[in-house]
Amino acid sequence: MADRGNDMAEDVKLKVTIDGIPVEVAPGTTIMNAARQIGGDVVPPAMCYYSKLEGSGGKCRTCLVKVSKGSEKDPRPMPKLVASCRTTVMDGMEVQNITSPEVLEARKGVVEFLLINHPLDCPICDQAGECHLQDLSYQHGLADTRYEFERRTFDKIDIGDKIQLHMTRCILCYRCVMVADQLTPQRVHGVLGRGDAAEISTYIKKAVDNEFSGNMIDVCPVGALTDKTFRFKNRVWFTKPVEAHRDCPTCSGKVTLWYKGEEVLRVTARKDTYGEAEEFICNTCRFDKKATADWVIEGPRKVKRTSVISANHYEQFNPPPVVKKNLALQEANKEQLERTERLLP
Amino acid sequence: MVGGNDMQSLSNRKKVFEQKPMGFWERIYLPAIFKGLSITIKHFFKPIPTVRYPEVERPYSKNFRGQHSLKRDEEGRERCTACGLCALSCPAEAITMIAAERQKGEEHLYREEKYAAVYEINMLRCIFCGLCEEACPKEAIYLDGPHVTADYLRKDFIYGKDKLVEPRFDYKEKHEPTA
Repeated sequence: MADRGNDMAEDVKLKVTIDGIPVEVAPGTTIMNAARQIGGDVVPPAMCYYSKLEGSGGKCRTCLVKVSKGSEKDPRPMPKLVASCRTTVMDGMEVQNITSPEVLEARKGVVEFLLINHPLDCPICDQAGECHLQDLSYQHGLADTRYEFERRTFDKIDIGDKIQLHMTRCILCYRCVMVADQLTPQRVHGVLGRGDAAEISTYIKKAVDNEFSGNMIDVCPVGALTDKTFRFKNRVWFTKPVEAHRDCPTCSGKVTLWYKGEEVLRVTARKDTYGEAEEFICNTCRFDKKATADWVIEGPRKVKRTSVISANHYEQFNPPPVVKKNLALQEANKEQLERTERLLP
Repeated sequence: MVGGNDMQSLSNRKKVFEQKPMGFWERIYLPAIFKGLSITIKHFFKPIPTVRYPEVERPYSKNFRGQHSLKRDEEGRERCTACGLCALSCPAEAITMIAAERQKGEEHLYREEKYAAVYEINMLRCIFCGLCEEACPKEAIYLDGPHVTADYLRKDFIYGKDKLVEPRFDYKEKHEPTA
């Protein structure tokens, strides 16, 4: 948050070009946030960077970009690919993301490394369908592995009755540790061990029971931290996301409810285009308020057409162009849709 | 005048039917009767083309898709993990399932941590397209069974795990000494 929209008093704007698209940003902005101001395909993927968490980023290396021109004063290119979430822009900088084959090649390598110890148990994992690592490996990964050795495993640790930890899926992005540090007064979990043996754990198996601890689930880019109350209840793409709010004394109370039929299966924070929570929510909202009566429904959540969550959902009224022009046809189409909905169980 | 009998034919292939009076041989009917009987009798000596299904089956195509079966692995454990991809890919929305977590001591029953506690296919909805087979990441479902048989009630066409899961083969032999 510190980088974005932090206008200096002099209102100096730096001109940056990302993949040939010029954008003017405030000094101190990172390349990542400059790309996010443009939006679309030029935004580098991020697994560890989280705009709401201070100090996040720089760990996963998926956001590597090529700086082909350092700045207006010093036009030499940067010698190596740089992590766009940690590199601030200079005036006249030219950045290549998807236009550089070198970057795409490097990203492929990073994905391969992230997946080396990943169990690839997506059919079991509750995160499947909204997993950033899944999306990333679909876009950049190889179809099969070159790794021949046994994958890293851990002893199962119980970190409380609300949050399920699957250490084998963790990519050590440290987001959950930062959430605990920056949202709650006392952190009880952290990363133990070093290198290959590093793992998320609680000291002497202490349960994570802070009022805001549930946000660990939302910030986790993979399925390492999942909601125990939602565990194996249903697949993400069979549930229907609905925006709702409630008068909560501890948090903003703005959430997404995930419905299956009449039942609320899961409550999460609202996430933006980059999968980041808009506002963190408290555990009462997340785990204890699972009745429609607790919430004020705002309306269905907008889900991208390409998302698996909108697959096989025909209830959206999306008429072909011919129908759009003709009001009478539109009415008939709507009526037809309502009739089919009545027939569905 | 538009229409009517005196309208000009466009194709010129119209044939005018004319009924002539019957001749002598036609009037006594007997030649026609014998001709018909001879055709009937000829069929007594021809081979019978009827296949007496289900006792006799005609050869099936190699890629014939029949009733689904949920497979077991080499140790007799159910392969299905209730990932829901078959239900997602199903164009007829015929598949539903409820997942459950494998408990301690059930490792010999289910292959993965999660399994399908309820797995139902509505055979009236199913169009046997085989997309579920293609979507399955665990090689757990195959449409390798026979034709789905007829029944009287709609509810009987909803096949549960009792009908879909394939029977255990060598599993029983392996565990008999302990039992």
